[in-house]
Amino acid sequence: MSHLLDRLNFLKSTRVGTFADGHGQTTIENRDWEDVYRNRWRHDKIVRSTHGVNCTGSCSWKIYVKSGIVTWETQQTDYPRTRAGMPNHEPRGCARGASYSWYLYSANRVKTPLIRARLLKSYRRMRKNNSPIEAWSKLQSDPILRADYTSTRGKGGFVRAEWDEAVEIIAAANAYTVKTYGPDRVVGFSPIPAMSMVSYASGARYLSLLGGACLSFYDWYCDLPPASPQTWGEQTDVPESADWYNAGFLLLWGSNVPQTRTPDAHFYTEARYRGAKSAVICPDYSEAAKFGDIWLAPKQGTDAAVAMAMGHVILREFHLDRQTPYFSDYARRYTDMPMLVRLDEQDGRLVPGRLLRAADFDDKLGQQNNPEWKTIALDREGGNPVAPNGSIGFRWGEKGKWNLEQKSGDKDVDLRMSLVLEENHDAVVGVDFPYFGGAASETFAKTDHPEILTRNVPVKKLKLADGEAYVATVFDLFCANYGLDRGLGGDFVASDYNQNTPFTPAWAEAITGVPRDRIITVAREFALNAEKTEGKSMVILGAGLNHWYHMDMAYRGIINMLAMCGCIGKSGGGWSHYVGQEKLRPQTGWIPLAFATDWARPPRHMNGTSFFYAHTDQWRYETLKPEEILSPTAPAGDWKDTSLIDLNIRAERMGWLPSVPAFKTNPMEVAKSAKAAGQDIPAYVASQLTSGQLEMSAEDPDAPENWPRNMFVWRSNILGSSGKGHEYFLKHLLGTDHGIQGKDLGEEGQRKPIEAKWHDDAPRGKLDLLVTIDFRMSTTAVYSDIVLPTASWYEKNDLNTSDMHPFIHPLQAAVDPAYDSKSDWEIFKFIAKKFSEMVPGYLGEETDIVALPTLHDSPSELAQDQVRDWKQGECELIPGKTAPAFATVTRDYPNLYKRFTSVGPLMEKVGNGGKGISWDTKTEIAQLKALNGTVAEAGISEGQVRIESDIDAAEVILMLAPETNGEVAVKAWDALGTHTGHDHTHLARAKEDEKIRFRDIAAQPRKIISSPTWSGIESDEVCYNAGYTNVHELIPWRTLSGRQQLYQDHLWMRAFGEGFVTWRPPVDLKTVTDEVNISARNNEPHLVLNFITPHQKWGIHSTYSDNLLMLTLNRGGPVLWISEVDAKKAGIRDNDWVEAYNANGALAARAVVSQRIKEGTLFMYHAQEKIVNTPGSQITGKRAGIHNSVTRVTLKPTHMIGGYAQLSYGFNYYGTVGSNRDEFVILRKMEKVDWMDEPVKTEAAE
Amino acid sequence: MNQFFFGTYPYIALTVLLIGSIARYERDPYTWKSSSSQLLRRKQLMWGSILFHVGVLVVFFGHLFGLLIPIQVYEFFGIEAQAKQLLAATAGGIFGTMAIIGALILAHRRLMDPRVRANSSFADTGILLLLIAQLALGLISVPYSLSELSSGGVIKFMAWANGIFTFDPNAASHIQDVALIFKLHIVLGLTIFILFPFTRLVHMISAPVRYIWRPGYQIVRTRRKKA
Repeated sequence: MSHLLDRLNFLKSTRVGTFADGHGQTTIENRDWEDVYRNRWRHDKIVRSTHGVNCTGSCSWKIYVKSGIVTWETQQTDYPRTRAGMPNHEPRGCARGASYSWYLYSANRVKTPLIRARLLKSYRRMRKNNSPIEAWSKLQSDPILRADYTSTRGKGGFVRAEWDEAVEIIAAANAYTVKTYGPDRVVGFSPIPAMSMVSYASGARYLSLLGGACLSFYDWYCDLPPASPQTWGEQTDVPESADWYNAGFLLLWGSNVPQTRTPDAHFYTEARYRGAKSAVICPDYSEAAKFGDIWLAPKQGTDAAVAMAMGHVILREFHLDRQTPYFSDYARRYTDMPMLVRLDEQDGRLVPGRLLRAADFDDKLGQQNNPEWKTIALDREGGNPVAPNGSIGFRWGEKGKWNLEQKSGDKDVDLRMSLVLEENHDAVVGVDFPYFGGAASETFAKTDHPEILTRNVPVKKLKLADGEAYVATVFDLFCANYGLDRGLGGDFVASDYNQNTPFTPAWAEAITGVPRDRIITVAREFALNAEKTEGKSMVILGAGLNHWYHMDMAYRGIINMLAMCGCIGKSGGGWSHYVGQEKLRPQTGWIPLAFATDWARPPRHMNGTSFFYAHTDQWRYETLKPEEILSPTAPAGDWKDTSLIDLNIRAERMGWLPSVPAFKTNPMEVAKSAKAAGQDIPAYVASQLTSGQLEMSAEDPDAPENWPRNMFVWRSNILGSSGKGHEYFLKHLLGTDHGIQGKDLGEEGQRKPIEAKWHDDAPRGKLDLLVTIDFRMSTTAVYSDIVLPTASWYEKNDLNTSDMHPFIHPLQAAVDPAYDSKSDWEIFKFIAKKFSEMVPGYLGEETDIVALPTLHDSPSELAQDQVRDWKQGECELIPGKTAPAFATVTRDYPNLYKRFTSVGPLMEKVGNGGKGISWDTKTEIAQLKALNGTVAEAGISEGQVRIESDIDAAEVILMLAPETNGEVAVKAWDALGTHTGHDHTHLARAKEDEKIRFRDIAAQPRKIISSPTWSGIESDEVCYNAGYTNVHELIPWRTLSGRQQLYQDHLWMRAFGEGFVTWRPPVDLKTVTDEVNISARNNEPHLVLNFITPHQKWGIHSTYSDNLLMLTLNRGGPVLWISEVDAKKAGIRDNDWVEAYNANGALAARAVVSQRIKEGTLFMYHAQEKIVNTPGSQITGKRAGIHNSVTRVTLKPTHMIGGYAQLSYGFNYYGTVGSNRDEFVILRKMEKVDWMDEPVKTEAAE
Repeated sequence: MNQFFFGTYPYIALTVLLIGSIARYERDPYTWKSSSSQLLRRKQLMWGSILFHVGVLVVFFGHLFGLLIPIQVYEFFGIEAQAKQLLAATAGGIFGTMAIIGALILAHRRLMDPRVRANSSFADTGILLLLIAQLALGLISVPYSLSELSSGGVIKFMAWANGIFTFDPNAASHIQDVALIFKLHIVLGLTIFILFPFTRLVHMISAPVRYIWRPGYQIVRTRRKKA
């Protein structure tokens, strides 16, 4: 009753006994104080939610709420069980996730809308006597007023604002931009829909209805492995983590599972207990390294050389000296190895050319439909050329033969893999293969082999339509490429692993530093396990390898090993590339919502990398010339005169890559002119482009008409995280202070691009308006003009999936959005509403033209079997064939809000689909009408399905997607069956009645339903594994040959030396020049190190690096890791402040000196916020930068290819990627740490 | 005046001390703590805290025993007032000096260390400064004490203190003619009593001294009785 009286017990003995020889005692005393702790953990409710942060973990969490405040979170443990004999998924979660609730009430929370004060002042002044759009227009037409705020971006100066005013400015800016420059000057960047699908969809839906463009992210992040679409025609499809448990051999290659896949790491441990063998390959002693039976530490960036040598061993021991029946049977059925390659004569020598096609024969081998897209092999019986089923020519224009049966049409065939036997070949000829290992930059090893290696290959002479030609199988060329001596004589082949010939283990030892016997052991055991288990050898790889310029070589080297050993599509085997939450499981249900394809098609998309390369003007500083990466065996062409931007421009022109903005003229004006000219739009655009009256924006990215004007960033921290070339963003896109140390091509007097127009004065500040929507004051928010406060992950309703587990589960509002914040859905709804109210009289129903590239999984992927540029007169401009298609889209601007909040009529009229198949959705729309209700207000949306709340939006996704609606899944499999001629509906039939709703997943995560969008299945028999349906259902891969494409025969692939996989050293980016290196000039101790940016333990996956709880566990601010040896050389001690810089910029951090780092490398864990503990830089005299301050993206021409089967553009599927690991920096100790925290001394400090 | 400060004020001070402490213990048990700043900064704390606490504890208990033990007890044991005064002044001087050095270190730390300062309440800083003042007054009084060894000044204070606790209405008169420095020392001391319940000083009462003689390394508490 009374604390005091209860304690007045001095006279009462509290001891009631002793134990443990008097070392312990039992007491009887007041225990009320314990209630303190009980109350500490007492709560009002628990709500299921998760963290929407591109973390593959996708863990479901319990969010605890007490008195209306989120107090803490703990892991959910109620995932549906796995089958017997398998460990369960739970527990899932990590320290990063467990610290998230800190954000909700932290000082770093964005609490109200914020506007840059200088912008707001000018706007208000203009607004006094003007409408919002007029006010914005006047503000933009005054260059002084515009520069007044653009040049102060990132320097503070925000004021609190009302929602109404902030949204008014945004809507006015959008309207003005649409009318003045064109809707494609409004762009948005938001990544990884899977992490919060509705939030992504909210902004994407607004932009799509507006005609703005969504920028891709997966390729820009460089997490997209282009090798995957190249080989499989799949963006990325991987086994779930539970399938690791089924593996017999786990090869961890550059993936740091315990650190970056923490919730899944238990499966790795469990697999080890089960008896799986494991090898770990990574240059540093990572957390994963300790799991391995063996650890290989190659020099960073030389993984491809390791993979080449391992492939050499596997081919030698399992395909040549001894032929493993399982391996050769698999290779024959599921890879392009039996396909024939035509050998082209070039200067009297032979090089591998195109894959032979039916069209190359006089009679087209009887193939009337798409003969130029049907690959050819020799039938074992009789040795006649046949066109086996499944190549991409069978996919379009005919039905029932696009499958992997061992047939050609209806005739059974048995394909011949090799012509090595005397009776099977007509000759043995020397074929040229490029070799790039003879030259290498900086610290990378080179060998003294010539740049062309001529190796003997058995060939057959065939009579073709244009004369006789030599052909060889992919397999025979493949073996020659790997340098295997097959008794055919000739040079550059090895019969002994100790020979120094590319690509033997001895050769690899010299390049990588890994002892040859270790390479041999790992390769041998990897293959041996696959032989014994029929493919249960798995490679888990992280995007670390993928961030090198020549990532494709490392990836294809690894993929080849898996293909050689029959591991792809086999449970417990395969390619496990985990980079983020890229698996948007209910994708086809989500697309109509996100890209508003229920109202208008097609949506406008842009590949992020090419966009940022052009518009942050990184191309103006390009140091890498195409000739440096060109193959010595390249076919004729003007490659050597071009620049990388030129090749990108050609790619856009030929309809390979998308174009945003597309034309120098507002597309709505172009449409009007077409109408005035009485021509139909595609023909008009074609004629205008051909005559040069209409210019493509790509050709002049610096002309003000072509600048992107408005940019939305939501669910993203592009400037603090993925913005490679950070300082170029600051200088050119934003127009503010920057730390660039180098000069552009003009100032350097270098050769300029031939296709891109050069302006001597580079633009500063292309964006009129940068809007960031976030719940925390991120680095990007700091640089924005308007910051809108959004709901945190515990304050909104949304959906979440991952590739790591098969479940879909929700984010839910445990509490209402705190302070002045609103959910993303509500924010974009608000903007849409304001916009619709504002525009009548200014914008009405307008015709927009979308320049649509040739797309993968559509008939236009068969557009260009030859490379021809209409502008150079090589062909005519035929929209959709030799150039982008020019699609007409009607925008209804005054009704944008009504469109936003309802499901449009196209779902009933046209239906839905994805990946080249389509199905009817009338039933689903009817069911949605019953579930969500219909719009009652009069107008265009009356009677349509309502999408008012975020839950309504989630229900639309769930109802339309085959993964969450069994009935749709059956329809989708049925649709696929018409192409393959097989019945696949049995994969979903058992779940036909199942419909997953939002409230279902709120109760418990649900396992999704098998769908043809994905190549694995959800079943109680096997774990999800990529390629499973290709192997088990005989569904072709979406590639040229329909099989795993190990030979890339596109002209540009051959020109840049990547027809076959090979070893390519990192490129020389020349950012550490004598001019930049003042440390060398001043004779001060410094280091030149390779700059590597892996994922950290304290931030990314699954929260950010400004979280104080996590910062407390590390060093409380930015850090760099260097080796002890390097540190000693430069006089750097642990925790010293150091500065890293090169031509791109400079950054400052504390040094972590560690034994685990390899000499010559500098680790800076990625996305450490500029807003936490970042001092000034001595070099730039400005606030020091972030990890991306010393990087710059460099495009790769082979990623620009389009209109060519699997090498066709798809949003986040194929396209240029933003690699950044070939970079070098100068590192030195900082003499003076200047925090620059004195107030600004300008009159504008008002 | 004399009657108020030394006859009435002691009762006010002791009442506030008692009632205030009980009230705080009952109403705000979670605030009953020492508010240590050790987690924020260890620097200076070891020397400052130990010197201060050892010094002040000896001085405090010296006062307690010195003043409250009835004069008759000394007479019974035949201890001369002069000897007692010498002992009090010497021990008080030594430990008082320790305490004030410790307190000055702590004050320096509290005021100069930005992290500790930012986390200090007004009461935290104020009580420390008052204690320093009190220690200074006490130390200044030592030479007086020593110079008046023969006058039996100590007896006067004992008589006063005994008088207060025996509700002698004339208690104040015992110290009417002592030096001003002693009077200031007493008044400030009583003031600190008043402030005691509202500051971190309350941790004195809850010092876990029992741990010293508690046997057993492991304590198991029996099941709670139902309320």
